[in-house]
Amino acid sequence: MPAESELPPALRLEGVSHAFTSRGRTAAALDGITARAERGAVTGVIGPDGAGKTTLMRLAAGLLQLRSGRIEVLGIDVARNPDDARSRIGYMPQRFGLYEDLTVRENLDLYAKVQNVPRAGREARDGELLHMTGLAPFLSRLAGRLSGGMKQKLGLACTLVRVPEVLLLDEPTVGVDPVSRRELWEIVDHLVRTERMAVVLSTSYLDEAERCRSVLLLHEGRLVGATDPASFAAQVSGRSFHVSAAGTGKRQLQERLARTPGVVDATIQGAFVRVVTESGGQLSAAELSPQATPLTIVPVPPRFEDSFVALLKSSSPATASPGQAIARGETPEENGSRGTPSPPETTGSAGNEPVIFADRLTRRFGSFIAVDAVSFAVRRGEIFGLLGANGAGKSTTFRMLCGLLPPSDGTLRVAGYDLRRAAASARGRIGYMAQKFSLYGDLSVLENLRFFASAYRLLEPHRGARIAWALEEFGLGPHADAVSRELPLGFKQRLALACALMHEPEILFLDEPTSGVDPLARREFWRRINALAESGVTVLVTTHFMEEAEYCDRLAVLAQGKVLAAGDPESLKARARTAERPQPTMEDAFIALLEAASRPRAA
Amino acid sequence: MWRAVLALIVKELLAVLKDPKSRMVLIVPPLIQLIVFGYAATFDLNRVPIAIYDQDHSEASRDLVAQFLGSRIFERVATLQSARRITPLIDARKVDLVLSIDRRFTRDLLTHQPAPVQLIVDGRDSNTALIILGYANSIITDFSLDWMQAHGERPVPAVLDVRARYNPTLSSQWFIVPGIVAVLTQVVTLLVVGLSVARERETGTFDQLLVTPYRQGEILLGKGLPGLLIGGIEASVIILAAVLWFGVPLRGALFPLYLGLLLFVASVIGIGLMISSIAVTQQQALLGAFLFMVPSIMLSGFATPIANMPPLIQDLTWLNPMRHFLIVVRGVFLEGAASGTFLPEYAAMAGIAGTSLFAAGWLFRRRVY
Repeated sequence: MPAESELPPALRLEGVSHAFTSRGRTAAALDGITARAERGAVTGVIGPDGAGKTTLMRLAAGLLQLRSGRIEVLGIDVARNPDDARSRIGYMPQRFGLYEDLTVRENLDLYAKVQNVPRAGREARDGELLHMTGLAPFLSRLAGRLSGGMKQKLGLACTLVRVPEVLLLDEPTVGVDPVSRRELWEIVDHLVRTERMAVVLSTSYLDEAERCRSVLLLHEGRLVGATDPASFAAQVSGRSFHVSAAGTGKRQLQERLARTPGVVDATIQGAFVRVVTESGGQLSAAELSPQATPLTIVPVPPRFEDSFVALLKSSSPATASPGQAIARGETPEENGSRGTPSPPETTGSAGNEPVIFADRLTRRFGSFIAVDAVSFAVRRGEIFGLLGANGAGKSTTFRMLCGLLPPSDGTLRVAGYDLRRAAASARGRIGYMAQKFSLYGDLSVLENLRFFASAYRLLEPHRGARIAWALEEFGLGPHADAVSRELPLGFKQRLALACALMHEPEILFLDEPTSGVDPLARREFWRRINALAESGVTVLVTTHFMEEAEYCDRLAVLAQGKVLAAGDPESLKARARTAERPQPTMEDAFIALLEAASRPRAA
Repeated sequence: MWRAVLALIVKELLAVLKDPKSRMVLIVPPLIQLIVFGYAATFDLNRVPIAIYDQDHSEASRDLVAQFLGSRIFERVATLQSARRITPLIDARKVDLVLSIDRRFTRDLLTHQPAPVQLIVDGRDSNTALIILGYANSIITDFSLDWMQAHGERPVPAVLDVRARYNPTLSSQWFIVPGIVAVLTQVVTLLVVGLSVARERETGTFDQLLVTPYRQGEILLGKGLPGLLIGGIEASVIILAAVLWFGVPLRGALFPLYLGLLLFVASVIGIGLMISSIAVTQQQALLGAFLFMVPSIMLSGFATPIANMPPLIQDLTWLNPMRHFLIVVRGVFLEGAASGTFLPEYAAMAGIAGTSLFAAGWLFRRRVY
């Protein structure tokens, strides 16, 4: 038997390009990718939405016709012998086709039949899969009744009924709660370790890169890096710091640091500002702060994301992401921060009264309790987060606050109103940006702006001025006549925010505002939100994204419709602090909360 | 307020017209259906295949056969020598009718006895069979009258003399084509309006719309008026085609016709918006639209007369806006009736429109999913 290194790799791509044509336009999805994935290891395909991850996975699985280049799975040409290749691949798409009206056992049986798995040996395999995924106690439960994380695990089990040699997983962890996410990773590691399976896994979460043996970094269809994560992160070693300043708000500090020459990246992480510098060496307080504000600077280990952002920012402007010019702190930003809406006039509500207030808010759908007595209060100018996995009840809470769904029980007040019962004009005080940036896709950028300006009853000349402001502030001018459906994701997000801010609302509701967008666009987005909060706008964000939680002043962690904990990010993280984990991440904190919540029930 | 509603209407029209697929739905299928229905949907029979089983072989029997074949209605496809071939021919649908002339035909005629002629008709399609029998009957009646005249017999005391008012040639195209105005207007309006809210639900823009200061009445107007515009244009094109291409006389004035059209389209919009606000996805909306469309055409009097339906069903048709509009459109086209004649229809349609629009507006906000 030849040594493993002599065998052909699990996956080999050579000059793979792919383009989609719609309505006469061609959009490149992949551009000349040459890469490989080794046997017996996890290879991460990492990049934001629209980077080409799914196209790459589908091409490798032989589900898309390869147009140019060559793909080999275990040395088999996928284009020439698709059946041969497919018989050795297991592929789990982003939304695995579970039959929601069948039970867990029936789903497994069905997939075993579809895959022609012989009866003999199935018993043992099933037992193994059920043990691995922890689904054994739920065999007779309908798949539709499983939580998001359990559905993903069942999908994985169904993919594994036949033992594949190469396992392709397309974004298996999106929207899954952190505990399930950790369990999914444990399953993947287990498969690699004990069954010597090759796993190719795509994700838009940069922190997952660190769990892969090697990563393929995709950005706008191009391969911008193929390394092992540790040495990739090491490129910025000695250049990452936590900075804090007594007496200066974290948002002002971040704003200032982002503009300081020599700083590549400055993001808010709880109470600190995480700074990545251009060159190594100790960061001096004087260099960062000429005004001599006392700064505390602590070096921190580099993260994968630090390197990725540094890489994106150093790449040529031609390959730059949409948000780059602004995120770099160049010209548009100068007039940008001045162009942000002036502080809205204060409402009748006096001083410290909360702007958003929920008390024992409950929502039932039949016998299912989606939101269970949720209470919180948000003050003016605060960024408040609802953190939770898919199905935790955050979207339902969000919809009740916006007046889209009546609560079954409890009270809520937004700017002093219950938006469901209040006069239509009260809705003019809120701005709303939904998941996936719901815009009119057939309309152009300008037509969308015009429509929302009229919808919020802006009158000339103010209306024209606001449209001009939106085009200028969000850098949408050159795309004014572009059909919004065809905009890159980052621009869609900007347009959605521009539409939501058209009428200078005093309260902004954001539902998963930056899920899937690339890190630069995410930074740019949060800079704007920070500026808005500084000017007195109250912001409520729902997210399942740990990183977004770091930007919030305070957050409520939701699971199964209940608030597990509420507080500022630092205090939440402090709860998870243990001897072996002195610097817990938001995710650690979340997992600790979930575990604490499930313990009494298990006992 | 009007500015905001206008913006909504402009947005709605842009969304429909900018999408090549929905643009096509508005133009191509109605055109094809107009042509296909206009020519294909007819009750007039042409060239019905018949078999002749003439056992008499006389001058009189040849005369009778000649009268059958002289009209363009019947066409001989077989001549039989024995009765045994009748059943297989009908079973195989080779012929719809067999004309069997008894061998005593001439003898009976000459001896002033009733001369039997047998008609064997394929009864599987009862409607067609009845029409065929009607034609055959009138040919045989004509033959009898001619025979009596030629042989100097006294004519029968009562003679039928038919005049069809409003449609002298009893052309069924005159009956069908104005009906197509109603059918196609309903299809297009229902699809445009019915899918619009569901489409916005799918993309999430409907929530976006609900959090703006729009009131539900304004959203209703913004969704309904584009449908009214599109439905009105569609109907006008078909009315023009009916007059100019199919040559159906438009005897009445445009006012009663367009007043009826306005109320009809408004009620279809109301129903479309109701379906749309109940449906979560476009697919559900499409299914809902068809669930409404098929019975509404069946129970409208478009093809089968309402008077023939059981009383309970007849009462049910009052809820069907198309039933009322068909009366208006046929009345204006063929009778040239004035608006005063249609007050009950106008009132019924106004009632349906009001109720369904109100319900749709209510559902916009109340619908929880």
